[in-house]
Amino acid sequence: MLADQNRIFTNLYGRGDWRLEGARRRGDWDGTKDLILKGRDFIVGAVKESGLRGRGGAGFPTGLKWSFMPKESDKPSYLVVNADESEPGTCKDRDILRNDPHKLVEGALLAAVGMGTQAGYIYIRGEFYNEAKRLQTAIDEAYDAGLIGKNACGSGFDFDLILHRGAGAYICGEETGLLESLEGKKGMPRLKPPFPAAVGLYGCPTTVNNVETIAVVPAILKRGASWFAGLGRPRNTGTKIFCLSGHVNRPCNVEEEMGIPMRELIERHAGGVRGGWDNLLAVIPGGSSVPVLPKSICGEVLMDFDSLAAVKSGLGTAAVIVMDQSTDIIKAIARLSKFYKHESCGQCTPCREGTGWLMRVMDRMVEGDATEEEIDTLLEVSREIEGHTICALGDAAAWPVQGLIRHFRPEMERRIRDYREKAAAPRRAA
Amino acid sequence: MSEPENFAFTPENLERAKARIAKYPAGRQASAVLALLDLAQRQNGGWLSRAAMDYVAHMLGMAPIRVYEAGTFYTMFHLRPVGRHLLQACTTTPCWLRGSSDVVAACERKLGIGLGETTADGLFTLIEVECLGACVNAPILQVNDDYYEDLDGPATEALIDALKKGEPPPPGSVIGRRGSEPVGGATTLHEVAAPATGEEA
Repeated sequence: MLADQNRIFTNLYGRGDWRLEGARRRGDWDGTKDLILKGRDFIVGAVKESGLRGRGGAGFPTGLKWSFMPKESDKPSYLVVNADESEPGTCKDRDILRNDPHKLVEGALLAAVGMGTQAGYIYIRGEFYNEAKRLQTAIDEAYDAGLIGKNACGSGFDFDLILHRGAGAYICGEETGLLESLEGKKGMPRLKPPFPAAVGLYGCPTTVNNVETIAVVPAILKRGASWFAGLGRPRNTGTKIFCLSGHVNRPCNVEEEMGIPMRELIERHAGGVRGGWDNLLAVIPGGSSVPVLPKSICGEVLMDFDSLAAVKSGLGTAAVIVMDQSTDIIKAIARLSKFYKHESCGQCTPCREGTGWLMRVMDRMVEGDATEEEIDTLLEVSREIEGHTICALGDAAAWPVQGLIRHFRPEMERRIRDYREKAAAPRRAA
Repeated sequence: MSEPENFAFTPENLERAKARIAKYPAGRQASAVLALLDLAQRQNGGWLSRAAMDYVAHMLGMAPIRVYEAGTFYTMFHLRPVGRHLLQACTTTPCWLRGSSDVVAACERKLGIGLGETTADGLFTLIEVECLGACVNAPILQVNDDYYEDLDGPATEALIDALKKGEPPPPGSVIGRRGSEPVGGATTLHEVAAPATGEEA
């Protein structure tokens, strides 16, 4: 288990004071000026060396992403922090926003130095009203104390940080949908390229990073890249906040080392699966978009990017949704199909039409009102959606269905047989 | 439903609106559209009239259609009147696994309305929403701006009773959990615990 002294989010549960004074006691804003003065190359170099991969789901190396920002540009450039946490199962950023907001504000400043930008926007989902109030208070405190704004921390570096509230749309968690929304439009994702590092917010170079990604940066710079890189496994370094939800005895968020075995994570921190490990049916290991895993895989798999990809799922946002034997697994996945249908922005035909089609067929699969051949059709159509849309929402809608068919096809076939037998029964009785 | 013919910000909200617009670079005032629509909706009793959207469009120098697009695209904007207490039940899979069906059923039973409906006295509107991002405290019912967490059927009924009496309980876990900490106490952070302090002003 990760030792407490290696935990970054020491106020994860809000036991301590979330305001500036409490944050300072936990080591935030300590030595920030010196880090700024070490400069852009030092910061990007350290983040690269730490092995940090984006915590929003895709796992792209953060330092590399920052290095795409132009060194010289006649336009302003922007850091945008994605706090539009909406991936079903995921509630980790909420704890940072409400209980450790200064880690995010300090991280944003240091990230801004790293990418050579002097303005940042934090896009927070509109439903997080109370979290936004706290974060705004933290930003105001940082301005008042001279930590951000003109001559941030007395370093000579100017940095403005602005909080922007969304208004309800999962698609705004997609980075270019977020940028559209930030510009006051519908959150419809943009075709890439050009990538945001070239043409982002207001047509200017922009980097979008997840809350947790930015909030771990101060710890990496203060404790050293090798400290962070020494946790976890190669290519999968550091700590991670895991969200343990569903059929566990004690649902919770917890910061653990990357690569912790899934079973240990669930049993040590969430009190185990309801009814014991043998009562486990399946786990969605990284938020609703990643394919479900059956119990047979869950006993051995490690919780990191590469281990979960190797079993055809993903770490995603590290939101672990646990389902015990009482779960109607077809219904659990069908509800996700409804989610993606609701959240599709509608601009790409395969997604707009496909998510509705998936939902309707999945609803019939729940009842068993289908044929076995339709399972193949379902798989085929999901592959036609996947990879054929501007953004990854189409993929995200396809993967849960694909995971269901991969691991629970016999259950789907049984449901269909049962339905057919039930339909035939009255005729036999007559 | 009668659409009011006019809308204008109160002097306080006009100041707030100007401050929101000032957050963005000159010429980028459209970025404030969500913030201004939110202000307008709050002033208007929880819903956005056509007049309010037109007013925001005029203030931001946007074509009205662009503002209608925002008003219809984002789920937190309501284009019809809603009850004083907007009950937003999350039923996405993580909440469903923890009993969100019981929460919805309790609301329906207690209020005699279905999803998407408003009580005759105009006090409550019940709607289904997608993932609210508080999954380890599922199931969740959002009431206006506040999350009520770790609910079940009886706790939901008790919450509605309290709202009817005009005595809303403090938001958060109804079983007294601290944030996302596991029931029975944290498994981590024993060496770094700091004393608890007060809430924000």
